[in-house]
Amino acid sequence: MTNIIESKLKTDEMVLNMGPQHPSTHGVLRVELKLDGEKIVKADSHIGYLHRCFEKHCEAMTYPQIIPYVDRMDYLAAMSNELGYVLAVEKLLKIEIPERVEYIRVIMAEFQRIASHLVALGTFGLDTGAFTPFLYTFRDREKILTLFELTCGARLLYNYIWVGGVSHDLHPDFIRLAKEFIEYFRPKVVELNELLTYNKIFIERTANIGVLPPELAINYGVSGPSLRGSGVKWDIRREDPYSIYDMFEFDIPVGEGLAGTTGDCWDRYYVRILEMEQSLRILEQALDQIPEGDVSAAVPKRVKPIDGISYARVENPKGELGYFIISKGGLQPFRVKVRPPSFVNLSVFSEIAKGHMVADVVAILGSLDIVLGEIDR
Amino acid sequence: MGVLDKEFLQENFVVSNLDAVLKWARVASVWQTTFGLACCAIEMMATSASHYDFDRFGLIPRPSPRQSDLLIISGTVTLKMASRIKRIYEQMPDPKYVISMGSCSNCGGPYWEHGYHVLKGVDRVIPVDVYVPGCPPRPEALLEGLLKLKEKIANESLIKSA
Repeated sequence: MTNIIESKLKTDEMVLNMGPQHPSTHGVLRVELKLDGEKIVKADSHIGYLHRCFEKHCEAMTYPQIIPYVDRMDYLAAMSNELGYVLAVEKLLKIEIPERVEYIRVIMAEFQRIASHLVALGTFGLDTGAFTPFLYTFRDREKILTLFELTCGARLLYNYIWVGGVSHDLHPDFIRLAKEFIEYFRPKVVELNELLTYNKIFIERTANIGVLPPELAINYGVSGPSLRGSGVKWDIRREDPYSIYDMFEFDIPVGEGLAGTTGDCWDRYYVRILEMEQSLRILEQALDQIPEGDVSAAVPKRVKPIDGISYARVENPKGELGYFIISKGGLQPFRVKVRPPSFVNLSVFSEIAKGHMVADVVAILGSLDIVLGEIDR
Repeated sequence: MGVLDKEFLQENFVVSNLDAVLKWARVASVWQTTFGLACCAIEMMATSASHYDFDRFGLIPRPSPRQSDLLIISGTVTLKMASRIKRIYEQMPDPKYVISMGSCSNCGGPYWEHGYHVLKGVDRVIPVDVYVPGCPPRPEALLEGLLKLKEKIANESLIKSA
């Protein structure tokens, strides 16, 4: 009976544009969906709605002036962006960084990782239809932002990590408040698990959806939690340690397919939860061991590296962020090229969205955790 | 609550003029389009979430511009996005209001000089009621902008005088 109906029913493919104004595309992304009924035949993402000419700006600005623009790429993880850029410039300058600065940078980067993951998890909840976790994660994120504000006065875009150091020393109360936050935040992860992670409806929406096999992830160059969700143990902090990450003990959580298949949306989500716990571990060690000392190396006011090229990569909350800088000896870099994690992670989207329902597009996009500021630059 | 806890002897009539009632309703429920552009959108989200809580001012995010009164331009408007923003604005029913949030949408902000793909101010494509400065503005600043908008709504009349 069904066969007869299917053969007689002639359906056309429908093209559906999702975005640029859509609550769940995480910014101004347009996804062009070719649909057969509600099944996705083809999904193309169109970008460029937030192209802010970052690389052009770099050619016109001096090295320290670029730092605020670096903030505005992945605006959910400004500290981590700064760290990557500053490392690349310091490689060109070949300067020694005081130990206290390295500790402060690691502390900030790990706090930023937690803050970024909290936004990712909260909005992922929103995408799959759960509003409450969003309010809970933002409550905790505000506490991290308060710590950042105490340090440098800004809530979102900091301009804190400078070439050769940081702009201010830590506030005298910072270490105490940071430790209090860690104490406060540990049970909140459990709370989030109870609210969302093991929620039956949430698992139904995310398990076995958008499965990203490890080979495909590696072929596309996917990095960060999206790669580790597929079960690949790859983390720049461990594979190619920068700053002082080789001094800390932490695990690299990978997806194991606890709710469905390895590499599905739930795995990518769960890896982020586990990573927050690891970040807390790093923070605890760093806050205990932080030495006294200077917060800036002897860097001339006019940063003017000699001819040369440098590449530095860091593990951003979203994945591997790399900066390639060519210097021709002037006050301005000749060229700055960015390897953004979100852009590369988005490229795999059309591959894994095929064959799913329209509603799953939202879940897949949310689990990849993209930021358009970084994709378009 | 002055009126509600009094017992009315007869039927519960409140006498007012239509203008005041309309203003009261319009000021107390400004619905906003869920529309984030860039960095400022994160601060807008923070304003609507638990700590700052937009909702207490009657601001409810709506997913569609066709159901909303307010459009918050939260971030950099690029040339490619400008025509889409105009279209979103045109889909909103009258009376409609626009808050331009942050330096980028006010005037181009940090992308003013070298941003070849950045619109130098969203007011070049749509009319703006309130400008909120900052890069990004703090949530308190956005709330202040919202209160200013409410002042503006309270001071205008929809009733045509004869």
